[in-house]
Amino acid sequence: MKPNATFKRSLGLGLLAVLLLAVLTFVMLRSGPLAATRVTVQPAQRASLAPALFGIGTVQARRAYFIGPTAAARVLRVMVDVGDTVQAGQLLAEMDPVDLDERLAALDAALARAGSTAAAAEAQRQDALARKELAQMNARRDADLASRNFISAGALEARLQEQTSAEAAVAAAAANLAATRQDRDRLAAERDGLRRQRDNLRLLAPAAGVVTQRDAEPGSTVVAGQAVVQLVDPASLWVNVRFDQGRSAGLAAGLRAEIALRSNPAQPLPGRVARVEAVSDSVTEERLAQVAFDRLPAGVSMGELAEVTVSLPATAESLVVSNASLQRRAGQVGVWLADGEGLRFAPVRVGLAGLDGRVQVLDGLQPGDPVVEYSEKELGPDSRVSVVSSLPGRRP
Amino acid sequence: MISLAGRDILHSWSKFVLTGVGLGLLIGVTLTMTGVYRGMVDDARMLLANSRADLWVVQQDTQGPYAESSSLRDDTVRSILGLPGVAQAANVTYFTMQVRSGARDVRAMVVGFEPGQPGAPGFLVAGRHVTRSHYEAVADVATGFSLGERIRIRRHDYTVVGLTRRMVSSGGDPMVFIPLKDAQEAQFLKDNDAILNERERTAANPVFNRPGVPGLLEAVQASQASSRSVNAVLVQVQPGLSAEAVAEPIRRWKHLEAYTREQMEEILVAKLIATSARQIAMFLVILAVVSAAIVAFIIYTMTLGKIREIAVLKLIGTRNRTIAGMILQQALGLGLIGFVVGKISATFWAPLFPKYVLLETGDAVRGLVAVMLICALASTLAIRAALQVDPAAAIGG
Repeated sequence: MKPNATFKRSLGLGLLAVLLLAVLTFVMLRSGPLAATRVTVQPAQRASLAPALFGIGTVQARRAYFIGPTAAARVLRVMVDVGDTVQAGQLLAEMDPVDLDERLAALDAALARAGSTAAAAEAQRQDALARKELAQMNARRDADLASRNFISAGALEARLQEQTSAEAAVAAAAANLAATRQDRDRLAAERDGLRRQRDNLRLLAPAAGVVTQRDAEPGSTVVAGQAVVQLVDPASLWVNVRFDQGRSAGLAAGLRAEIALRSNPAQPLPGRVARVEAVSDSVTEERLAQVAFDRLPAGVSMGELAEVTVSLPATAESLVVSNASLQRRAGQVGVWLADGEGLRFAPVRVGLAGLDGRVQVLDGLQPGDPVVEYSEKELGPDSRVSVVSSLPGRRP
Repeated sequence: MISLAGRDILHSWSKFVLTGVGLGLLIGVTLTMTGVYRGMVDDARMLLANSRADLWVVQQDTQGPYAESSSLRDDTVRSILGLPGVAQAANVTYFTMQVRSGARDVRAMVVGFEPGQPGAPGFLVAGRHVTRSHYEAVADVATGFSLGERIRIRRHDYTVVGLTRRMVSSGGDPMVFIPLKDAQEAQFLKDNDAILNERERTAANPVFNRPGVPGLLEAVQASQASSRSVNAVLVQVQPGLSAEAVAEPIRRWKHLEAYTREQMEEILVAKLIATSARQIAMFLVILAVVSAAIVAFIIYTMTLGKIREIAVLKLIGTRNRTIAGMILQQALGLGLIGFVVGKISATFWAPLFPKYVLLETGDAVRGLVAVMLICALASTLAIRAALQVDPAAAIGG
C-alpha cells in the first residue's frame, strides 16, 4: 500500500467520523431534553377591542295560544289544521254540547209561556181597573144621595167598601203583572246564560295567527285547560338565547346582534336584544335574553337552533395581547416575557376579551413588551427558548 | 508504533464502515423500541401533567376517569369548591371517539373543559383559546386539523380556533378540547333514531301517558333528553397543603373517590398501559439479545476472515497482546460507529411514528455502555479464535 493512498483513506475516514459526530451533536441539540423550546413572540400593542357576547338559543314565538275548553268535554269537530292561517274570532273547534241545545229550547218555550202569563195578568189588571172605576162612580153618586138623606148611611158604607175592594183588586192585579214580567226576565236571563255556555263550547281564535298543533280529534275527551289547537303569532318570532353567566357582562336590551340560523349559518341576520330576563338559570349557570329579528326571514321554523353574537361598544385604546399568551401560575394570571436574558413571568390584570381572542391588559405590561404567544411545550422560569417566527402546525 | 487496528481498518475500510452502518441501523431499531416504550409512559404522564390537577375526584369505587368510566353530577363541583384547601375545581369530561372532518375521521379524545380552569389546554402552538361558550374547539396538531377547519362531533360542527401539542390520552390519541356544555351534550346525547324510539317507548308506557294528565308525557320526555353528568372533577389544592389531606374529607364525607397525582400515575402506568408496555418491553429484551448476538457474530466472522493475516503476524513474532488489542479496538470502533449511526437514525425516524416516541438521553447513555460491553464481550470470542491460530496456517493454507 502506498503511503499516499493510506493518507487519503485515513483522511476520508477521519472526515466521515467528524461528519458523524457533527450530525450526532446537531441531533442531540435539536431534539430531546437538551433542545431549546421554540416559542413565538408578539410585542404587546395598543388597540381597541370590539367585545362581543356569544350565546345559543332557539327560535320561539313571543305570543303562543293554547286553545281548549274551560270544562271537560268531548271534541265535536275541529275546523282547522296545522299550518292554516286564521283570523281573530274565527271558529277553530267545537265541543260536544250534549243536552245544551235541548235545554235552550225548553227555556225558549218557558219564556213564551211567561209572555202569555204576562198578557193574562195584564188583562186581569184592566178588568180590575174597570171595576175600580165603576165602584168609584157608584160611591160618588151614593155619597151625593146620602148628603141629601135619600139613602141610609149603611148603604153608603157598603158602596165605599166596594170602592176600597176594587182598588185593592187593582193593586193585586198590578203586582201579579209585575211578577209575571219578572218571571219572564229571569227566564230570558237563564236562556242568555245557557246560550253563553253554548257559545263557550265554540273555540274561537283570540288573535290572528297560524295553527301549529292540532292536539285532539273529534270524539276524544279533553280536560279543562287541555289544548285542542295551538296557535302562534308568526310576526312575534324571536330567539330565546342563553348566555354563559361567566361571559355575559354587558348584556343589555337594545344591543345589536347577529343571528345565525342553523338552516343558513352563512348568512347571519341582523337583530336586537329585545329583553334581558331578570332571573338567570342557576342550574345551567346561564343568563336568558330574547333577541328579536330586525326583519323576519321567510320560512323560519320555531324550535330552530340559532347562534347569536351580541356586539358591545368598542373599548378605548389599551394594551391587548392574545389569549394564547395568558398563563396561570400558582393562582396568578400572567404572561411570559422573552427578553434578552431569558424568560420572565409577568403577572397581569386582564379586562375585557373579544371573541377574536384578544384580551385587554389593564396593568402589568408596557407597550412593546416581548410577550410569548405560542410555545412548543409548557414553559417554566428555567426553560431555554429559541424565538422563531411560527411553529410547525402539523407534526408533533 | 503504528496502530495495527487502524491499518487493518484502512485496508478494508468500506467493509468496516458498511458493517458499522448495518450494525447502527440495528441499534437504531433497539433505541426506537426503547423510545416507543418511554413514549407510552410519557403519554400517560403528559395526560396528568396537562390537566394541571392535584386531585382527581371521581365516582365512588371507580378508578376513573381514564382507566374506568366514572359519572358525577355536574353540581358536585360546587360542594367540592367549598371544602378547605381547595384552590380551584372544575368539571371535565373525557370520551374517545372518531371526530369527522369532511370525508376523513380521526380518532381523538374529546375533552370538555371550562376555560381558565384545570383541564383546559395550557399552551398553544397556533391560533387562540376558545372564546365562545359553544361550538369552538382547540385540537392537538397530531389530529392533522388546521386552523379554521370545521370538524363534526356528533351532531354539531365545531370550528378549530387553536392548535396545541403533546396533548394526548393515555392511549396516545390526540385530544380535541370543546366547551364543557357541548361535551356533556355530545357525550350523553343519543342519535336521532334513538331519541325518537325512546319517545315512542315512553309514550307507549301507560304510567307516563295517562289520560287526564295533560303535559305528563312531555315532562317525562324532556327530563330524559337533558344531561347533567360529567366524568371527573379536577381539583387544584392551595399551595402548601398536601393533596392527600384535601382528598381525605372528600372520600370520607362526600362519598366520592379522590386520587392524588401519584395514585393516578400508578393507575395509568401500572394498570392501564401495563400489558401493552410489557409487550413492548418483552420485544425490547429479545431485540437487545438478538442485537448482541449479531454483533458478536459479526466481529467473530470479521476476525475469521483475516485469519491468514493473523497467522502471518504470529509468524513474524507479534505478541498475543497486540493481536488481542487489535481485535478489541476494532470491535469497540465498530460499536461506536454503530451507536452513533443508530442514535442519528432513531432521532430522524422517530417523528415519523404515528404515536409519540421519546428518546431519552439516559437511555442513549445506557445504550452506549451496553453496546460497548457487548462489543468487548463479543471480541473475547474472536480473540480466543485468533490466539488459537497456528502460525503455520500462514504458509500452509
